[in-house]
Amino acid sequence: MFADSILDPAGPVALAQRGMLFDAVGLMLIVVAPVFILTPLIAWRYRARNTAARYSPDWENSRPIEIAIWLVPGAIVVLLWGVVWSRTHQLDPYRPIAASQPPLVVQAVGLDWQWLFIYPTENIASLNRLVFPAGRPLTVELTTDTVMNAFSIPALGGQIYAMPGMRAELNLLADAPGIFVGRNTQFSGDGFPDQTFPDIASTEADFESFLQEAKSSPATLDSATYAAVSKPTETPAQQLFAPVEPGLFAAIIAKYGPTSPGAPGDGARAMNRSPRRRRHVR
Amino acid sequence: MFGELSLDALPLYSPIAAAGAGFIVLGGLVVVALITWLRAWRYLWSEWLTSVDHKRIGIMYVTLALVMLLRGFVDALMMRVQQATALNTQGYLAPDHFEQIFSSHGTIMIFFMAMPFLIGLMNFVVPLQIGARDVAFPLLNAIGLWLTAAGAALVMVSVVIGTFSTGGCSGYPPYTELGYSPGVGVDYWIMALAISGIGSTVSGINFIVTIYKLRAPGMKLMDMPLFCWTSLCTSLLIIFALPPLTVAVTMLALDRYLGMHFFTADGGGNLMNYANLFWLFGHPEVYILVLPAFGVFSEVIPTFSRKRLFGYTVLVYATMSIAVLSFMVWLHHFFTMGASADVNAFFGVTTMLIAVPTGVKVYDWMLAMFRGRLTFATPMLWSIAFITFVIGGMTGVILAIPPVDFVFHNTLFLIAHFHNMLIPGSLFGFFAGYTFWFPKAFGFPLDEKWGRRAVAFWVSGFYLAFMPLYVLGFLGMPRRTAYYDDPAWQAYLIVAACGALFILCGLASQVIQLVVSIRHRHRTTDFAGDPWDGRSLEWTTSSPPPEYNFAVQPVVHSRDAFTAMKAEGTAYRPPGVYEPIEMPRNSITGLAIGAASFVFGFAVVWHIWWLALLGLVAIIGTIIARSFATTTNKLISSAEIEARERLWLVTVAEEREVVLQ
Amino acid sequence: MTERAFQHPGINLAHAREEDHLHAEVTVFGFWVFLMSDAIIFAVLFATYASMTTRTNGGPTGAEVFQLSNAFIETLVLLFSSFAFGMASVALRESRVPTIYRWMGASLLLGLGFLGLELRELTGLIASGASPQVSGFLSSFFLLVSTHGLHVLAGSVWIVVMMVQIAVLGLRREVRSLLLRLGLFWQFLDLIWIVIFSVVYLPGVAQ
Repeated sequence: MFADSILDPAGPVALAQRGMLFDAVGLMLIVVAPVFILTPLIAWRYRARNTAARYSPDWENSRPIEIAIWLVPGAIVVLLWGVVWSRTHQLDPYRPIAASQPPLVVQAVGLDWQWLFIYPTENIASLNRLVFPAGRPLTVELTTDTVMNAFSIPALGGQIYAMPGMRAELNLLADAPGIFVGRNTQFSGDGFPDQTFPDIASTEADFESFLQEAKSSPATLDSATYAAVSKPTETPAQQLFAPVEPGLFAAIIAKYGPTSPGAPGDGARAMNRSPRRRRHVR
Repeated sequence: MFGELSLDALPLYSPIAAAGAGFIVLGGLVVVALITWLRAWRYLWSEWLTSVDHKRIGIMYVTLALVMLLRGFVDALMMRVQQATALNTQGYLAPDHFEQIFSSHGTIMIFFMAMPFLIGLMNFVVPLQIGARDVAFPLLNAIGLWLTAAGAALVMVSVVIGTFSTGGCSGYPPYTELGYSPGVGVDYWIMALAISGIGSTVSGINFIVTIYKLRAPGMKLMDMPLFCWTSLCTSLLIIFALPPLTVAVTMLALDRYLGMHFFTADGGGNLMNYANLFWLFGHPEVYILVLPAFGVFSEVIPTFSRKRLFGYTVLVYATMSIAVLSFMVWLHHFFTMGASADVNAFFGVTTMLIAVPTGVKVYDWMLAMFRGRLTFATPMLWSIAFITFVIGGMTGVILAIPPVDFVFHNTLFLIAHFHNMLIPGSLFGFFAGYTFWFPKAFGFPLDEKWGRRAVAFWVSGFYLAFMPLYVLGFLGMPRRTAYYDDPAWQAYLIVAACGALFILCGLASQVIQLVVSIRHRHRTTDFAGDPWDGRSLEWTTSSPPPEYNFAVQPVVHSRDAFTAMKAEGTAYRPPGVYEPIEMPRNSITGLAIGAASFVFGFAVVWHIWWLALLGLVAIIGTIIARSFATTTNKLISSAEIEARERLWLVTVAEEREVVLQ
Repeated sequence: MTERAFQHPGINLAHAREEDHLHAEVTVFGFWVFLMSDAIIFAVLFATYASMTTRTNGGPTGAEVFQLSNAFIETLVLLFSSFAFGMASVALRESRVPTIYRWMGASLLLGLGFLGLELRELTGLIASGASPQVSGFLSSFFLLVSTHGLHVLAGSVWIVVMMVQIAVLGLRREVRSLLLRLGLFWQFLDLIWIVIFSVVYLPGVAQ
């Protein structure tokens, strides 16, 4: 019932996130539960008709009670701080996941309204399908060639924004083979609801055959095919490419011009290339 | 001549949009026809539209808020119906239309429902509670009202002429830049926010000065009713938080109109700056919306518990610390932008810190009921319904944990969370205030029976509509999704849609409540003005209060000033001599500036530059012309005051059997 | 109520009636609150500028476009304008109308001179290809400087309006109070300019 959700984690990141969630809820119930229990009780007990209940119209202060109602939530928050500080660092999306194998690096490009995954080491690319071996860390480098996107695989944990002209990173790991949903969660226009992709954690063998399938693909990915692929579409289709033009991912980022002097890319070239195309209006 | 305006601007792109536009036009025509039929134009003009009386302005603000609430709710209902039915189909709304609806829903509910509602309540209540005759700058007050109305009018007009933004209420670039949103929608959004933002800022200035400088003799800051404290904190937040929004939308406009590069993806723009600026406004804005409602709860609960407020001082400090902390948490709106773990953890920690004073407040209200004598009139029921807020508080702390936020960000969990803050936390408080002070404003109470029904429908509707959204957040459903193909989501969305229908019944109950109350007003008239055995100064006047509020400025020695007067027997004591009172005259200035701002905004949206210039010149000209006006005040004679006060005191004596000295 | 005379912030109206004080206390305090809000606008513009200084998009940098000499002259002109207005405020205390006129006229002329210099600088930049459309850096520079310029323009219009008001209405309570606020506004703009000079021009040239 809770497949593809943080409640059914398929990797260590999501598992740790779920743990944090449960810890926080448990701690906060100490403050929250009494409100739900006591408010109706007080309201019933001190209803005007119940003249037997004690009535102190001028009672407005009690040092011990006040100290308690500051200290209890305060203590809980201090407890949470410690947890938050350490876990935020542990679960920093940029932090590589420790494992015996080196991570598989995938460069994900958010488009209108699809995802392009470039496997730089394997020299292949996959449109709208992310395949990676279970048990081996996955490093997703992120950017978009359109408005802001957010790359999310709920079952594996975490999401991070992908922004034009910038590179972000998300480190994940799937414990066991399985098929999960991945999607863009940041609203980006008309085709936004369709911008999902199957996210396949495969066995090593299946991953090998995926690579072979890609390598035998007739399509190559260079600037020209990329220009065709990156056109807005509301019916994202799956496709494989090999080989991939070297430096394509960096070129997509550099397209938006240098962000500071010394950054890669030619500013003059980028200047007149604002994405001023008109979106189709239904 | 007409810039980019042409017949294509009519909403003929979809029959539903055309119907909506027709409905708005028809509604406007019906209102105009009704006023004409009642021959009420002159009355409306001289008593309301040109009024600078803080009570009238407050009522007009709340009226605007209620009208916009209905509009915003229609948007919400349309979205719920769309999502309940759009499994494996596009649903009955085209994506472009759905996007306009979620954008206008958020924009309207925050800027044109909640803001006018709270500023309206502050307007009506604060001067009365501090024993003042008006706000510090009555004309500026009217200008604020009409600027807000001009912004709201722009949002309404966008339905009929052109389209509204599809960029959501937060309007993140680069989506809202010209390249990706070429239509007029974003421009409408920018102009509406900029114009109403200036209106809110002048209101904030006005209330800060009013509360600091115009308190009744003897009333120390720590003697003020808590609503005044929360109003003060909200006003301070307004003047600090609105400028970043004004600057952000101005920069977005410069990008769009003049091709600059503030937030563009290319050209050296920095879209992350927008997120920072918007949330530097946006997070304090949440507390701007919530604090006045906290103030209402702090007034209502002691009144209906017939007991002093527990922990006044603590509540004041809690309010102040919330206000200060609200400027230190904005980054939690975008933990997912990829800042370093240190930065994310820091903002997670500050965000949790803010939960402490908020939790303390909740407990203080519970203790305010403890050992009281509770009666459950509608305002009290709204206030008790507030406990729902703590669920939102809990989910807020959850979202403040960066690693957990990575999971829930942009999902319906987030939507459920902030509605869980703003409906029980803010709106229920505004409703409590609306029913609590309605008899003061009009001299007759709102119907109890329909009021209770409204509470029941709203509260149950709230749970039905938003608890499923938390579950959908766990299931990973992104916000702003027009259609979907995951069958697991649909059942929850249908329940949520049923919740929206319950809320519809709640709103209908409130409309019926208003109609029934007006029809029964002759039976329920309460001129004496203290229907709830009130504790603060607003209840020492007649209902409705006279234009000058207080024939003699009250002298205050303690908190709960009116309770003290009643206990000491000094309440309702007529003065020996009535002095004439100087009050500001009506002025057309506010209305004129509002109208000119609307024209200016509309002209800029459609690139009609001559008209924009005309609007600007009209605004500046009005201000300069007004500065030459010399007879801005009028004198109310002592005879007139005495006659009115005597009439009132006789009524009080009849009803209360108070012996007049 | 003599202690009251020093209670409100800003320049006090000596020897005035008590209700003048009350009026001034409320309006001048309100104006301070407004200036606070306005200062936040400039703070946001400064922060934006600071975050954009390196975002030159391959276009000109600060060192290439800023002329310190011009900015320094602008600073001097604005400072003298403030000084002139200060003298007008002093004359206001003693209600010497001709002196008020002279000093207000001087500060108006200097204010307009400042605007002329600034306009020349900005149009010169645009003509040389450093327009606000070139880069995020130039966008933020133009917005910051021209927001200040628009404030100066508004202040100049206000000075003209006040000169007419003195002629038409005389130095009545409302006029005095408006003059007090205008004085605050004019000094505030000076302060903002000093910050612009030291945050934008000085480091810009030093780069």
